[in-house]
Amino acid sequence: MSVTVSIPSAFRRHTEGADKYNCAATDLSGLLDALGIRFPELKPHLRDDQGQVRRFLNIYVNDEDIRFLGKDYKFKEGDEITLVPSIAGG
Amino acid sequence: MSTSLRYELRCRECRTAWGNQPISFCQNCFAPLEVAYDWDRIRTEISKDGIARRPANLWRYRELLPLPDNYDASTPAGFTPLVKAVKLGETLRSRSLYIKNDAVCFPTLSFKDRVVAVALTQARNFGFEVVSCSSTGNLANAVAAQAARAGFKACIFIPADLEPAKVLGTQVYGAQIVRIDGNYDHVNRLCSQIADKHRWGFVNVNLRPYYAEGSKTVGYEIAEQLGWRLPDNVVVPMAGGSLITKIHKAFKELIALGLVAENQVKFFGAQATGCSPISTAVKAGRNEIEPQKPATIARSLAIGNPADGFYAAKTILGSGGWAEDSSDPEIVDGMTLLAESEGIFTETAGGVTVAAARKLFAQGRIRPDETTVLCITGNGLKTTDALAGRFEAVEPIAPKLAAFEQYLDREFVNARTAGKGAA
Repeated sequence: MSVTVSIPSAFRRHTEGADKYNCAATDLSGLLDALGIRFPELKPHLRDDQGQVRRFLNIYVNDEDIRFLGKDYKFKEGDEITLVPSIAGG
Repeated sequence: MSTSLRYELRCRECRTAWGNQPISFCQNCFAPLEVAYDWDRIRTEISKDGIARRPANLWRYRELLPLPDNYDASTPAGFTPLVKAVKLGETLRSRSLYIKNDAVCFPTLSFKDRVVAVALTQARNFGFEVVSCSSTGNLANAVAAQAARAGFKACIFIPADLEPAKVLGTQVYGAQIVRIDGNYDHVNRLCSQIADKHRWGFVNVNLRPYYAEGSKTVGYEIAEQLGWRLPDNVVVPMAGGSLITKIHKAFKELIALGLVAENQVKFFGAQATGCSPISTAVKAGRNEIEPQKPATIARSLAIGNPADGFYAAKTILGSGGWAEDSSDPEIVDGMTLLAESEGIFTETAGGVTVAAARKLFAQGRIRPDETTVLCITGNGLKTTDALAGRFEAVEPIAPKLAAFEQYLDREFVNARTAGKGAA
């Protein structure tokens, strides 16, 4: 199984310029682990000291905020994951 | 701060300074940025008398705003009326109630005219040719109108189900409108992705730290219009949650500058029950926001993932205030109550605010003798569909006196009886 992560430009200095990342993670926790292993410089930006997803990091699965799907949501083949640092608007 | 800068961007969390550039979040820790000022310099430049001599618009507070040199101040946005609300006060049981009436803000009848006025000075400064935004309607109107006047191209992103008057009130200025098949949070996420790729000036994405500072002028005006005095309470509608934090920031700045006496102002937030992520957090005594899927007639407040929700909840709880939410029927009742008691026709968001204030007074969280300001941020003519079916259709009568007499007998029995005595 494979999912694709879109990496915003602000993160790319920690990902050697990569704007996409494919991995076999099956859930959010696995995805953050995989990103942290592949891109060690990105790792501290994903989780806080308590291991929680950082407050200002927004994660979407296809068009849905992952918080609506639940933190134990199991990814499906071809899911597109989008990271948005610090949502704006309003 | 560099000695040559009057203001610059700073991370709200790690406090890293980023100078002035079109970015909205810290490039180190990804927390939001806000504008920090050179207060030593401002202290030597600003005075109440100096402000009082200037035209009645938001540019009178120019030292306290992030404006580039040679900014265009030709659009007189802001300085809306602060109206004493005696009749509404009787209903809500307040002896000192005021309406800050941004339903008549120039040019597009909402408080968004303030933030856009400031944002476009920086859009010009950074050399953008296209300005843009994600909007629940009022911002769309404000960007479209001010972009037309200032000579920018405007491309506006809205949820597909927006009120017709807000769509028309964007298109009329010649703006390109992009309807997105989704709610505001979908639109907003898309705009973050577009701003990441295209060099456009999104007022509420990459220009957001500057834009948001425009909301402070609501706070400055309230203080000045009360005779350079802070109220005891303010009740503020919340969508993204920025406005309430900026009024708080404005009051703190005025205290720090010695322009007003210190007062522990309580901040009260108002949301629609169908989209209440911030008021839910406040009621649970926490700052962390759980997003919601909006389902409310108050579309201008329908943001389920509020950018400043965390800071809004923190501001409210830290001030000793509270938050309330209003159901759709309560929103409509709030709109008509304000109209019938004060002659102010507000949009659904104003109905939210009035209805929430009514609860806060009833709960005893706001006391009758305290000075309380309700922030009315938008105009009812933009959301007339919320009142559809509220009033009976009026049948026409023939242009004859006899027909009118019959009409009086039929419709106005009480009025006719009262009229006889007076004649």
